[in-house]
Amino acid sequence: MGAAFGLVVARELRLALRRKGEALNVLVFFVVVASLFPFGVGPEPAMLQAMAAGVVWVAALLAAIVSMPRLFAADLADGTLEQLAASPHPLAVIVGAKVAAHWLLTGLPLALVAPLLGLQYGLPADALGVLVAALLLGTPVLSLLGAAGAALTLGVRGGGALLALLVLPLFVPVLVFGAGAVGAALSGINPGPHLSLLGAVLAVSCLVGPWAACAALRVALD
Amino acid sequence: MFFPLAGKLIPWFSLLAGAFALSGLYVAFFVAPTDAQQGEAYRIIFIHVPAAWMSMFLYLVMAGWAAVGLVLNTRLSGMMASALAPTGALFTFVALWSGSLWGRPTWGTWWVWDARLTSELILLFLYLGFIALKSAIPDPSRADRAGAVLALLGVVNVPVIYFSVQWWNTLHQGASVSLTRAPSMAMTMLAGMLLMALAAWMYSIAATLSRLRAIILERERDLEWVQLQSGSLRTAP
Repeated sequence: MGAAFGLVVARELRLALRRKGEALNVLVFFVVVASLFPFGVGPEPAMLQAMAAGVVWVAALLAAIVSMPRLFAADLADGTLEQLAASPHPLAVIVGAKVAAHWLLTGLPLALVAPLLGLQYGLPADALGVLVAALLLGTPVLSLLGAAGAALTLGVRGGGALLALLVLPLFVPVLVFGAGAVGAALSGINPGPHLSLLGAVLAVSCLVGPWAACAALRVALD
Repeated sequence: MFFPLAGKLIPWFSLLAGAFALSGLYVAFFVAPTDAQQGEAYRIIFIHVPAAWMSMFLYLVMAGWAAVGLVLNTRLSGMMASALAPTGALFTFVALWSGSLWGRPTWGTWWVWDARLTSELILLFLYLGFIALKSAIPDPSRADRAGAVLALLGVVNVPVIYFSVQWWNTLHQGASVSLTRAPSMAMTMLAGMLLMALAAWMYSIAATLSRLRAIILERERDLEWVQLQSGSLRTAP
């Protein structure tokens, strides 16, 4: 089972290396979206600092949504998904591996780039640390729940907008606690509770996300 | 068969809904006293609270039917969930709308981004997502199961709404009615609210059943009894 997990992760990463543009595009999308806000609201430092965490998180949510449809679509198109589902290993393990690979390719780079954006918004150093910690805890949730949404909208017409409608409401707790952690750090309060809650959300998503994605995949493969 | 039974029940529930609504509105406008702090504006409570209750309750019922359909693979439960969703979305919208009208005179604002309002708004999005997903998948049994998974994912939100006024500091007041202690409002106000809640219940049942009948007819349109029912078989040669 562990071997199957490792193999699927390795396959996903190798595929991504062959098409470097895709993962990179998501990252650039994230940076561009986050950079748009100062144009819209004006360059006052105090205001930008106050909204930094929210902007970065919303951009992260949108980047996750944009990257999601590809998670299963290519595998469905060339029949790989049916082979994976027919394999003796539990589908949840395979879905978990795909989610892990997705996070390594989108969530992790995004969390690593975020401090740069935070600097542009004038966040102090300790708040930057909290932002990265919150993103590291929160982005796996986006991959997990997003996978369920991607599986639900697999092969559905107009899937992209529908995916956003289905999944974005589920992302709200991550947004609230993720941005809340940075807000707490900015106002000198301990961000620990927010991060703990994010961790709790992550734990629940680990349980629920793969289950829902598997159930939805079986529906799509029928 | 369920179909004729539902047909017989619908007029009764509609009648009850009308009766409860009329008596509830009478109590609301002519019997219940004017509130000491909020004046006449508080009377929105008679629409707002029942709608908010129903919005959460219907989601739970919908998710319950979705779970039954997913586990036992029964067709009717999927149809039941689809029939409930628009009514639930309607009540969620009414709760938000009436709350906004109530917030204007009492809080001085149409909308605040506090926990209860936002979580109720998310409930509306969940209903809309459920309806959108169902309508995007052409095959009914696939749509039922995909919708069921989504409904179950969203069910986490309901307790968050319900307890939001206790968990977070908010402008929204706490619950005025509870099963364990005496209600913090005048008896006639409570009576009016409960009558309106009963009306909302009856309306929901009637609306859901009639929508369910329509869904059954649509999905089983190739079966003989449906064609007999709609009269299309008689015209066929």
